[in-house]
Amino acid sequence: MANETEIKYLTPITVETQRKKYCRFKKSGIKYIDYKDADFLLKFVNEQGKLLPRRLTGTSNKYQKKVAQAVKRARHLALMPYVADLLK
Amino acid sequence: MVRQYETVFIMTPVLSEQQIKETVKKYQSLLAESGAEIVYENNWGMRKLAYPIQKKSTGFYYLIEFKSEGEFIAKLETAYKRDEKLLRFLTVSLDKHAIAYNEKKRSGGMRKQQEAAMAKQEIVKPKSTEEVEN
Repeated sequence: MANETEIKYLTPITVETQRKKYCRFKKSGIKYIDYKDADFLLKFVNEQGKLLPRRLTGTSNKYQKKVAQAVKRARHLALMPYVADLLK
Repeated sequence: MVRQYETVFIMTPVLSEQQIKETVKKYQSLLAESGAEIVYENNWGMRKLAYPIQKKSTGFYYLIEFKSEGEFIAKLETAYKRDEKLLRFLTVSLDKHAIAYNEKKRSGGMRKQQEAAMAKQEIVKPKSTEEVEN
């Protein structure tokens, strides 16, 4: 009986289980984003040194603004590049 | 209104050690004259710049955290602008979170906290999956 209802696929279907994105600052309770910590800020830029959008990182709007501010300060102090190739 | 500020400046790498000390001292005395209270200082030393500034690829970084009146900042920044020994400077006012962060960083409690937070997350995760199964 059970065999009749069972559907068999030729190729196994890939069920995309997309994990829910979350804001890492809200989750871990980080209130201030330090512009001096260039290694940390590197997580929020792509390999060209451009800021990653919120839709990729999952950062909330409130903290995305702070990340952007911190990255811009870090760039001004030459802790991070304005433009780069193969940063990572 | 008295606020807490943080200022970082980058000196050119062509200076001798004596000149660096003099430059730093100049700003320290400028702060002291204007009635600012220095909270913290940190010499980052020679660092590589992420991109060349005035055709220099390295610079001496120096950080000062201080409490002062807001009017003083304009004075400090004009002094910075007139100084040819500086490549870059940045002054930011610190909010309460920033002050707390800096104090924690100074006392060395930063790493422990992060580890604790990481451990917490690890503990929480398996629990939630168990609940789902039940």
